[in-house]
Amino acid sequence: MADFETPKFREYPVVPQIKPDAMAGDGPFVSRAEFDTDLGYPGELPENWKEKTLDKMQDLLGRYRSLQVFMDSCIKCGACTDKCHYFIGTNDPKNMPVARQDLMRKVYRRYFTFAGKYFPGLVGAVDLTEDVLKEWYNYYHQCSECRRCSVFCPMGIDTAEVTMAAREMLAHVGYAQKYSNQIIQKVYKIGNNLGLPGPALKGILEDLEEEVEEDTGVPVKYHMDKEGVEALLMTPSADFFAEPHIDGLIGYGKVLHELGITWTVSSKASEAANFGLFIGSYDNMQRISMRIREAAIELKVKRIIFGECGHAWRVAYSFLNTLAGPFDFLDQNYPIPQHILEVTYGALQEGKLRLNKEENDHLTMTFHDSCNVARASRMGNKPGGQFDIPRAVIQAACNNYVDMDSDTIKDATFCCGGGGGILTDDLMELRVKGALPRMEALRQVTEESGVTNIAAICAICKSQFTKTLPYYGFEMDAIMSVHQLVSEAIVMTGSEQEKELDGVEDEEGTKEPEE
Amino acid sequence: MATISVEGKEIEVDEEGYLVNLADWFPAVATEMAKIDEVDLGDDHWDIINFLREYYEEYQIAPAVRVLTKAVAKKLGKEKGNSKYLYELFPYGPGKQACKFAGLPKPTGCV
Repeated sequence: MADFETPKFREYPVVPQIKPDAMAGDGPFVSRAEFDTDLGYPGELPENWKEKTLDKMQDLLGRYRSLQVFMDSCIKCGACTDKCHYFIGTNDPKNMPVARQDLMRKVYRRYFTFAGKYFPGLVGAVDLTEDVLKEWYNYYHQCSECRRCSVFCPMGIDTAEVTMAAREMLAHVGYAQKYSNQIIQKVYKIGNNLGLPGPALKGILEDLEEEVEEDTGVPVKYHMDKEGVEALLMTPSADFFAEPHIDGLIGYGKVLHELGITWTVSSKASEAANFGLFIGSYDNMQRISMRIREAAIELKVKRIIFGECGHAWRVAYSFLNTLAGPFDFLDQNYPIPQHILEVTYGALQEGKLRLNKEENDHLTMTFHDSCNVARASRMGNKPGGQFDIPRAVIQAACNNYVDMDSDTIKDATFCCGGGGGILTDDLMELRVKGALPRMEALRQVTEESGVTNIAAICAICKSQFTKTLPYYGFEMDAIMSVHQLVSEAIVMTGSEQEKELDGVEDEEGTKEPEE
Repeated sequence: MATISVEGKEIEVDEEGYLVNLADWFPAVATEMAKIDEVDLGDDHWDIINFLREYYEEYQIAPAVRVLTKAVAKKLGKEKGNSKYLYELFPYGPGKQACKFAGLPKPTGCV
């Protein structure tokens, strides 16, 4: 474990005492030209960096009127100050969302407002210097763009957009983050964040087929690049690689098989994630999204289904049509795109899936709402579907379910601590400290209600919890995929599990879903 | 670029201690990297490191955790075919720390 102190659980969630400069520093590893140039960035600080930074600010202020409004409209009410998990965990006052935004605002004032141009001292406007740039780099990589603060802002200021704009400006003067840019470059070169080449992916999927058939007796297919199937599955590459992610993937496969939906992953677009969002780059976000369109056309699918990935669902649900549409070549009878949870939930409603909840009786579950799903998207056809559908699916698969404190779930959910491009080892201190409020809420339900495990629908959340749970005294495998629960409980037609429950002779029409 | 010194050779590593040139690897590099991380490499560690290198040679990527645990179970017995066993050997995670010792690039992404 690294050389910092894990925060102590607080008796009450009070506003933390500030510790100025507690998280001052150089920030995460800076990217290099070898990663950056392919993304359209210079990869090193150009001589005219000041001019270029301000040009970019002007460009962004014009392009996103929201940014202009956010720069002008903060009334310093303080409502956001104690809403940020990074401020709560680090006590650094610059991690109060208002203060983090002000790092940009004070430069904006200096160059783009009348008062700041002529009376900078009166309005807290400062010159853009290299030190300011360094401070931006450090603190705008201490925001996971989770937007919890924005929920409480009376002016509706979206901190994530400010962070994204700052990162975009920084990248344009060669000051991008290694983690995100290296990953985007891998998406372009190899097809996914991990750098998992086609043959390796194929090998993994074949192994899964073998394993699932061994466990269930049902030949569930996990196709790659299979033309003419019904659906393209877009899922984070962590689902092919890490645990508990892969257990979720196994679950998607079983559900789709049982529903008779043929599907494939694409080796070209073998990644749902879109880190273009994290770095605030519309161009990269679009380029990453276009792979999905191209893969869907090449594979001649009728539907696109997204797996458990938080920000991918935000990009898919909120922006995909603008970025890569129109999707007029897909079957218009299905949501475009559709979330795997919508598929599973819909099938449960229609009685098309049989789940044996007793398989999960050893668990008492809670659910962590992932920020981008909770606050930037929806599921199903009702407001709040993104909160209700995952919970309904968990409860269809497991008898024991308890929500965490209402101030920490749904639209008030706390970030896992690793979102928005923060899930990198060089930010481990920030990740552990930022996990504090979520860990406190989890501890409460473990102590009061006997919760054993926490489920999530985001690859980042799952990996972040695997790493940070042990710092707070929990087991690393307490984090589960929602479709892992479904996978454990599902009774597929003709499976060993069905025979065990019903006896060897199968009757037609015995599939009665449990309530 | 940082370097580590192994048997008189200066080997280039990146900010996180991973090899810059994968061809620079030889067994003593793993031993030295492990020493830096305060891990004492025994036969159990070498089983994993060798498997990682073989898999990488074929697929140009580290194996998925499941592929690794299955291979371990096959070779060393079912009781060792799990993440817990691998984390005991490589406290910072089999995916990352073991890859580093084996001279593989770091797995990136949401892992």
